[in-house]
Amino acid sequence: MRREIPMIVAFVAGVIIILEFFVPALRSVAAQIQKWYLVVIAFAILVGAFNLLRINYMKIRRRRADWPYSIPLIAGLFAMAIIGIGWGIEEGTVFDWLFNYLIFPMSSTVFALLAFFVASAAYRAFRARTVDATLLLVAAVVVMLGQVPIGSAWVPPWWPDWLVFLTPDWLKDRIMDIFNTAGQRAILIGASLGVVSTSLRILLGIERSYLGEE
Amino acid sequence: MKFVRWLADIDRRIIFLVIAVAVVIPLIFPLGMRVKVTPQTESIYKEVENLPPGSNVLVAFDYDPAAAPEVHPMALAFLRHCFTKKHKVIIMALWPQGAQMAVSAMADVGKEYDLVYGRDYVNLGYKPGGDIVIKSLGASFPEVFPADMAGEPTAGLPILAKVRNLKDIDLVMDLSAGDPGIPAWVRVANALYQRRVAGGCTAVSAPQFFPYLQTGQLVGLLGGLKGAAEYETVLAYAGKASRRMDAQSIAHLVIILFIIFANISYFILRRQREEKREGPRTGPVASA
Repeated sequence: MRREIPMIVAFVAGVIIILEFFVPALRSVAAQIQKWYLVVIAFAILVGAFNLLRINYMKIRRRRADWPYSIPLIAGLFAMAIIGIGWGIEEGTVFDWLFNYLIFPMSSTVFALLAFFVASAAYRAFRARTVDATLLLVAAVVVMLGQVPIGSAWVPPWWPDWLVFLTPDWLKDRIMDIFNTAGQRAILIGASLGVVSTSLRILLGIERSYLGEE
Repeated sequence: MKFVRWLADIDRRIIFLVIAVAVVIPLIFPLGMRVKVTPQTESIYKEVENLPPGSNVLVAFDYDPAAAPEVHPMALAFLRHCFTKKHKVIIMALWPQGAQMAVSAMADVGKEYDLVYGRDYVNLGYKPGGDIVIKSLGASFPEVFPADMAGEPTAGLPILAKVRNLKDIDLVMDLSAGDPGIPAWVRVANALYQRRVAGGCTAVSAPQFFPYLQTGQLVGLLGGLKGAAEYETVLAYAGKASRRMDAQSIAHLVIILFIIFANISYFILRRQREEKREGPRTGPVASA
């Protein structure tokens, strides 16, 4: 029953949500299922927080690699939860202060490190080894130049219109609007078909990985 | 040749140092380069301009502090534009830290205008559930958000008095750094409820939304810091994004130079390797 009940719930809920598009009478039932979903997912956040706590607690207890980092993680989790629930999260509260002056700069800093690693990776990996790699390299350089004002800074105001195709701005727009959009659309359609097929497999009980099965 | 070899195996700390200098110097000494406004930014500007004053604009803060250097400046610029045009701004978030990002944005923008909470804007806070939250908003706003971010009931707020569901929203602006984000708003708010949806996202994710622009499912798109700087330019306002674009310009240029140098050293060394393999050239060999 541990397997059958979740499969029946997934089938019934999924079929009602699909049929709702075609059968207006099912709209109120579908709306009710959506409300339940919002309640369930709110509890899933609690489960997620509990899981994070459990994994990091075990890491500290068993002295696994990098266990000291788990201490500030657990301390932060409790501190933010207690401060937020106890004194609120609106503007001017301690929670807001901690968010603005701790979480905000720390998260932004970690993300900003990406610029350094991108530069290093580009230096080591972006080589014109083959025709494909050369095309990718040239497209990347043109887009990088076209994306920033300095790319077109060298173009004088008297630059003739018939030579506009030589400016990084123009080339970047063509790469993005034609080649990129065509590729992205193909990926989008492919991924959407994949979603439809996976959804059908879940509804029919063929795909059961969400139950923890292989 | 020693130099070429050094160039090929350059210590990455040197690359880090050069990038740091390339970013820091333009931040200290701005170059003031002019940012060209793209049509996808201009169309968002026109959309906000053409709405009658008092229109309901829903701004979804679907990002966290990690993406803030790129996305937050566009939030500030967009909010400024909405409040200048006297639109009503309804804020919500599908990302846990999004609601707090909105608090931070309103702390910056709010003091420039004579705004009353609940009348001119409201922060409904975070709601988990992605697509289903948006779909539920299509049925009823008060049922999805019975209370605002501070836990106060939304029932008595004047700004929501005439907002029953998504159909009462004139424009949706999703500021997104991933999933749930722009695709969810396009799928549900635009495709299902025919709402006008605009988007703002990190530069790295912008290319994937171009098909939505071409089909008209997205009114416009602000891509990365450049998008934010373009919106500031079109508003004739020199904000954080415009100032940071100089640093990004120089950083891009430095990365391009790195790529060029790396390829020059690669080709020189490859040619050297090939020559070694083939042996020294001694001129044409006379046939016996």
